[in-house]
This record gives sequence, structure tokens and C-alpha cells, in this order.
Amino acid sequence: MAEVVLNGVSKAFGATKAVVDMDLTIPDGAFVVLLGPTGAGKTTTLRLIAGLEKSDSGTISIAGDAVDTLTPAQRDVAMVFQQYSLYPHMTVRENLAFPLRSPYLKTPEDEIARKVLNVAEVLHIPHKLDNKATELSGGEMQRVSIGRALVRDPAIYLMDEPLSSLDAKLRADLRVELKRIHAELAATLLYVTHDQIEAMTMATHVGVLDEGNLVQFGTPRDIYENPLTTYVAARLGQPRINLLPADLLESAPPPGALTMGLRPENIRHGAGREANVVRVEHLGDQTRLHLKVADHDVITLTDPHTDLSVGATIQIAPLNPLFFDAQGARIG
Amino acid sequence: MSSHSITESSSRAKWIAGSLVILYALITMLPLVWIVMTGFKSPADAISYPPKVVYEPTLEGYVNLFTTRTRQTEDYLLANPPENWADEIVRQYDMVIVGPSKFGERFMNSVIIGFGSTFLSIFLGTLAAYAFSRFRIPFADDLLFFILSTRMMPPIAVAIPIFLMYRSLGLSDTHLGMILLYTAVNISLAVWLLKGFIDEIPREYEEAALIDGYTRFQAFYKVVLPQAATGIASTAIFCLIFAWNEYAFAVLLTSATAQTAPPFIPTIIGVGGLDWPAVAAGATIFLLPVMIFTIVLRKHLLRGITFGAVRK
Repeated sequence: MAEVVLNGVSKAFGATKAVVDMDLTIPDGAFVVLLGPTGAGKTTTLRLIAGLEKSDSGTISIAGDAVDTLTPAQRDVAMVFQQYSLYPHMTVRENLAFPLRSPYLKTPEDEIARKVLNVAEVLHIPHKLDNKATELSGGEMQRVSIGRALVRDPAIYLMDEPLSSLDAKLRADLRVELKRIHAELAATLLYVTHDQIEAMTMATHVGVLDEGNLVQFGTPRDIYENPLTTYVAARLGQPRINLLPADLLESAPPPGALTMGLRPENIRHGAGREANVVRVEHLGDQTRLHLKVADHDVITLTDPHTDLSVGATIQIAPLNPLFFDAQGARIG
Repeated sequence: MSSHSITESSSRAKWIAGSLVILYALITMLPLVWIVMTGFKSPADAISYPPKVVYEPTLEGYVNLFTTRTRQTEDYLLANPPENWADEIVRQYDMVIVGPSKFGERFMNSVIIGFGSTFLSIFLGTLAAYAFSRFRIPFADDLLFFILSTRMMPPIAVAIPIFLMYRSLGLSDTHLGMILLYTAVNISLAVWLLKGFIDEIPREYEEAALIDGYTRFQAFYKVVLPQAATGIASTAIFCLIFAWNEYAFAVLLTSATAQTAPPFIPTIIGVGGLDWPAVAAGATIFLLPVMIFTIVLRKHLLRGITFGAVRK
């Protein structure tokens, strides 16, 4: 395991700037999650570190050594792809052993057998070892795919939305599994997702990307509670943060503030401005209220057993609001 | 499946479709069946009119195909009794077998040249197709068009320049010359077909192999090739069929050493009258390698090996 450092790395495909002057330090043993919408440069960042793409400028170093001129094999990284995860002409056992048999690792056969069985047990697939890769379900395929990374002991594990195509239950199971693996192996992971639950539950650090720029890097809690821009604020939180005119609920916003960001759980009920209930969503453990305040939509949470119904009127007031200026940057 | 789902055809439609397929198969297979039958007829039965469907089978055609024979005097025939069953067959015409014919040799020439050029076309075609599919090559589209354009003209249109070129290069009537020629004709087909198949194989597999510690060539060899097996098999069949059946160049460029079976088979007819059973026997044996090759590779043709492995 090792520290990975990106220093002023840029990459463009034709006119499209995929990654712009990125500085990023992935500490040894960290679980870093890159968040951002499609096209933000998350996957390109992974591929640059893996050596599948050559950067236009900047340097990448792994464990203190610059790796820019090295091939993917020489960089000693393991990667889990979002799709096309297994070699279809091989069995599960052959798939798992494939990295160990490479000329780079040249592992003795008895050690391969031991490691493969070990990983298969961690992922609960020992009974599938002699199946063809094509005979597995989607969830099993992805577990084998993660397993193919785990049989190795690389400098860093790179994972590109490895859980995105799985069903909800399996996702939850594998989230716990990955977190456990991270803790047990003291592994360094760089994980790309646009699922905020994955980011919040697994990450030690979160990086938010916007059009190739790293806009904020910090702990998940820091990113959630202290977003530097409206863009970052909108990336995390379900339901999303309410972005409202600064003076809608607050009589005296700080000077220069244009927008107020208000998390749904940070809205006090029973005092303040009047709001109409437009929709009530009972989710079981919580209830979401969709409100209308002077033509602006506001979403808030309330008691799961609320009696409020559509058409009712309540009073709301902000709690710990975040203010942003005209450019979307945070003030106060 | 229930018998009346929308996507499933009714039993009557199936029956009609099945009958049409069988009828079509019968029509297309008729000449083939006729050739195989004629190979086992006596020369008299082969040319009788109306044609005989029921007859007494004989191996005369095959014996004549593989041997050279001479007519002998009665004294000689009486003094030397037949040595084996084949000798016995030719005795009815007062002849004796004096040695093998050239058919075996010509057939082996066809095997060497046909399979040699198929192997070379597939080998070069796969490498070129992989390069066109995966790397950014300057003027790739123009190069691909150029490769295809070599196939736009009928090959025989360039027969005379090739004939002259081969003569001065010493490639006339050599196995190497014919292998190179058939490879040159087949390579455009191979590159285009194989590029299509390799385009279908997601790059992620190779990228995974690169990260798993393999070089680009090892990734190609261990990951791309096995998955392209289906495409390689069907392309190989196309190449072999062309090289195996080619007649015009073979007539023009080969004679004593490298002559293939297609120009040789018609010459059988000139030996001792219209020997249709021998010609039919030659044609039957000539058909076998391509048939066997296709049957052996059929498994690959039918099995889409990437089927189901890709999560979309």
C-alpha cells in the first residue's frame, strides 16, 4: 500500500477537457471517493493513475516514485471496472488467478491456489470457482471482478463504480464488505461513484469533481456540513439541499449573499414564514414534506407519523443556513 | 413457453417453414448427391440414358483415379494373375495397374497451398485487424479502403502482370508463389471481417489484462484471441473455400510441381475415354477437406462465446 500523489495533472480529449490541473493526494491507507456527475472526469482520473491514459501535463507518483512513463503493469495498481468485468472464456478460478499468473507477479501455483480460495471465501463464492464466468449472475460477476483485484497486494485499488449495476440488497452487502476489506487490509482505495450513500458510508476522504476540476477535498462530514460552493452542496444530501433566495426566510442575510442553502433537516417547524404543503411522502422511517413558499419549492423532513396533509399551512424557519454569493461560492 | 405466445410461431407456420428448408436443401444437394453416386458407377452406368438411380456400385472410378494403367496381351494377363482387388477390377478391360496416378500429389498440393494461405491470411489479417481496431493509425480509413479496393477488380484481370512477375521472380509453379498469391487475394476479406469481430470485443478486457500485469501482446494473445475465435473460424472457412476452389490462377501459374487439384481433375477425363466415374470420384474426394474443416469449426461458428458475459 502506498500514497498516491497527482501534481497539476491535465488531460484533454480533443477539445474536451477531462481533467484540469488536478492536485490530489491520496494518503496511504485512505478510502478516497471521487464524486461527480457523468463527464466530471472521475473515470479519466482513475485511468490516468492506472496508466491506461497518458496525461498531457503534470506528474503522478505512487509511493514517492514518478510513474508517468511506466506501463499499467509496472505501476502495480489493481482496478475494478464498471462493466465487462470478467474474461468470458475463463472459469471463475482462472479469472481470479489471472493477475497472479502474470509475468509481473509470477506467483507459484500453490500460493495461487491458496490466495484464490481465500478471496473466494471472503466474497462467498467458493462453490462457484469452477463455473464459467458466463454462468454467473450479475452480482456474482461483480464480486469475482472485485476478487480479481483483491488477490493482489497492489499499491492502490482503483474502483470505477463497481456497485452501480447491482441490486439494492447486494449493493448494501458489498458496501459493508468493501469497508471491512479496507479496514482489514489497511488498503489504499480510490473509488469513483455518483452514489452519495456509498460516498458517505465508506469514504475516509471525498473529492468532488466538476468538469475536470477538483472543487473540494475533505472528510465526508466536512463536505456535507461545509460545502465551499453550491455545486458541492448539491452533490451530497438526499433529498437535495434547498437552494433559495437569500432573503426568502431570513430577514437580514450577510452582505453579498444571493443564495441560501438549507438542508431539509435544518428547517425548524412551528415558527417563521408560512408555507403550503403541496405533497406528503411517507417513507416509513421519515416523512418528506414538499412545501411552497412564495413560488419557491422547499423540501423538509417531519415526524414519520405526521397528520399533515396536502393543503395544510405550516410555519418554517432556517437552522444553520449556508450562504453563497452570485458565483455560487460560500460566504459565512 | 405456452403454445400461443405472440413471439412463438404456430405449429402450421413451423411446418411450412420446415418443409421449405427441406425442399431447398434437397434442390441444392442434388448435384452433390449425383456426383457422389456417379463416383461409384461403372463407366457404362454413368452415361446410360435414362440415368440410373439404382445400380451396382463399383470402386472402378476410385481405382482409375488413383492409378495409371496399361493394356496388356492375353498371354501376359494369363501369366500374371491379379495381385489384389484393384488389379482385379482393371483386368476386365485387359489392363494392369502400373503405378499411382498424380492425383495424390495434386491433392496434397491443394492441401499445402489451401491451408498454408488460409493460415497466413488469418495470421496477418488478425494482426492488421487488431491494429486498425485498437490503435490510432494515420489515414486508417484510407488504408482500409485501399485494402478493400484490391478486391474490387476480378483477380484474373491482373493475371498477365502476375504471370510475368512470377516468372521473373521464380515463383511460377511453386507452392510459396501460390500461397502468397491466395493470401494477397484473401487478406482484404480477412482484415475487414476480423476488424468487425474485434471491434465487438470491448477494450475493457485488454485494459483489465494490462493492469493485471500483462503486456499489450500478451493481452492480445490471452484475452482478445480466445474471444475472437468465432470470427477467426468463420473467416478461415471463407479463406479456405476461396483458396481451395480457385481455378484460373492455378491453371495459369502451376504445372508440373505445384499444380493443385482443380486444374488436375478435368485432365482425368482425357485418359482412356470419357471416364466420368473417375472425375466424379476426384470431385468427391476434393470436397471432403473443406467439408471436414467446416464441420470441425462449426462449434465455433455457432457458439457466441461472449454471449452473456457482458453486463449491459
